[in-house]
Amino acid sequence: MENNNDDYWRANLRVAAILLIIWFTVSFGFGILLVEPLNKISFFGFKLGFWWAQQGAIFVFVILIFVYAGIMKRIDKKFGVDEEED
Amino acid sequence: MDVLTLTYLFVGGSFALYIGIAVWSRASSTEEFYIAGGHVHPIANGMATAADWMSAASFISMAGIIAFMGYDGTVYLMGWTGGYVLLALLLAPYLRKFGEFTVPDFIGSRYYSNTARVVAVISLILISFTYVAGQMRGVGIVFSNFLDVPIDVGVVIGMAVVFMYAVLGGMKGITYTQVAQYCVMIFAYLVPAIFISMLITGIPIPQLGLGAEVADGSGLTVLDKLDSTLVELGFGPYTDGNKATIDVFAITLALMIGTAGLPHVIVRFFTVPKVSDARKSAGYALLFIAVLYTTAPAVGAFARLNFIDTVQGSQYSTVDSWFKNWERVGLIGWLDKNNDGVIQYAPGAAFEGAPRYGSEIGASGERAILNTPTANDNEVYVDRDIMVLANPEIAGLPDWVIALVAAGGLAAALSTAAGLLLVISTSISHDLLKKTMAKGLSDRQELRYARISAAVAIAIAGYLGINPPGFVTQVVAFAFGLAAASLFPAILMGIFYKGMNKEGAITGMVVGLVFTFAYIFYFKFIAPADNNAEHWWFGISPEGIGALGALFNFTVAFVVSRFGKPVPGEVQKMVDNIRIPRAANPRSAPDTS
Repeated sequence: MENNNDDYWRANLRVAAILLIIWFTVSFGFGILLVEPLNKISFFGFKLGFWWAQQGAIFVFVILIFVYAGIMKRIDKKFGVDEEED
Repeated sequence: MDVLTLTYLFVGGSFALYIGIAVWSRASSTEEFYIAGGHVHPIANGMATAADWMSAASFISMAGIIAFMGYDGTVYLMGWTGGYVLLALLLAPYLRKFGEFTVPDFIGSRYYSNTARVVAVISLILISFTYVAGQMRGVGIVFSNFLDVPIDVGVVIGMAVVFMYAVLGGMKGITYTQVAQYCVMIFAYLVPAIFISMLITGIPIPQLGLGAEVADGSGLTVLDKLDSTLVELGFGPYTDGNKATIDVFAITLALMIGTAGLPHVIVRFFTVPKVSDARKSAGYALLFIAVLYTTAPAVGAFARLNFIDTVQGSQYSTVDSWFKNWERVGLIGWLDKNNDGVIQYAPGAAFEGAPRYGSEIGASGERAILNTPTANDNEVYVDRDIMVLANPEIAGLPDWVIALVAAGGLAAALSTAAGLLLVISTSISHDLLKKTMAKGLSDRQELRYARISAAVAIAIAGYLGINPPGFVTQVVAFAFGLAAASLFPAILMGIFYKGMNKEGAITGMVVGLVFTFAYIFYFKFIAPADNNAEHWWFGISPEGIGALGALFNFTVAFVVSRFGKPVPGEVQKMVDNIRIPRAANPRSAPDTS
């Protein structure tokens, strides 16, 4: 059982790490560090860097959380650590 | 019906609704008072969290700040949303599994130390009182601007309403009132935004309107027109920022981890039934928040465009009536420097300091301003807050929309105030009394103390709202900086690093707290003249220093933990337990509730 829990924890950390890399890329990457080069690209009437900073990143944040909740539900089941339905 | 009657009707109606909900959802046990019994549906909790989170600052001030900061306003948009990703992925599920009532509870148990618990209570109280004073002030301002009631009376009415549902209903009462407040708030925010987007671009969705062409036949998009108009007037382009990249980075980071470390937000995730619900609920919370936060940049840009269109180059005698209405309230000022009767809008402050109005009337009929004029061409003073408050008037929307905005602003301020007051009262009754100073308290006694401390906290908050210590508006940075530098690292390491012992965690929290506090205090109060990039460490402003404080917290904690005693076995087991959703969960066991 101990091993199983360790594997579960590692799987969880891997998912969280990947999603946090995306989180960092869209906000600090596209919205702040790369904003000037991206602003040279036009996107639905926005400068692309400006769009990421003021709208795009927020949309991605929402999606990331739901993706995490969905994937974790599957991983919980796979490792048999999900909560019983009451 | 005139605007005032409509406003009384809307505000009165919404207050009656909140109080009705409070009476219906009265708390009868500490579990209900602290965490609404742990039975809140994830979607309801998401709405409540959104209302809890979005304060008077989000509703009233943010769009105006963005309107005048352009790209730099990004720090608030991303900073106040990105923290939810951290919360959902790194904190909320584990804290829910931990299954106790408060944030200091977790820190005290995980670091097996009442010292750690008390340090957490101190930062919680510092954070929450700073924050709540601003909310009570916001209530007062809405009352005085929309309902013709003195600010102080407005604060007292706000206190009475919060008292009703926070003291009676506790977390249970607050949760269901916040659900209602979210609906009022978001409706009040979207209606004018949609109207204005239609007026300017012909597109009813503000998020798309921001990227669309202006419907004036120029063929320019909203942002292009704004850029070129501003540049013509001598401003920098709207879509470029003035802040240094490192500062934008640091402020955004500090606001994000500060958000994830704010106790009144974290405890909301203690109220859902399951770990998986905590994850989902954070998603719903951010979705509901994003509805407002993606509308705000559109509102900001439209408002700036509208503002320049009506004001710049207009004769004062024939300018739109809203200009004069808000001048009467003192949120707009006009100083006709070249005596031509025409309003000139340009970069820089029109005069030194906040406006002081004289009793006489100027040559064009404007309120005379006594301040020393500055040398630049700008003649207009405008308080950023009017961008949301005056938007319906500027766009010529019907009276009921104006009344709606007043009810929305109050919903935003009251919901946040209630959430903050609740965490203050529970940290006193539960963490200081029950767990530290008076361990023998029965459930019933603890509940009574929780109600008493809520009442006292409301009284103090009200006092701070009526007599704002001059610095309240300056120190929002405190709340986020302190949460970022003290609570967030301690909780994170508690979950993800089993080897973190109490010595490391306590030193880390204290160092983070003291450093951040000292840095902000120095630049805001001791040497405000030095508050510029030349004197800042690494070019990071006081608003962003919490990011560095958090880094210090982590570093110091790791180093000190090497010299401390190893973590006891039962605490390591507890960490193992909170990492796994299933198994020994005290709250889902049938015999404890």
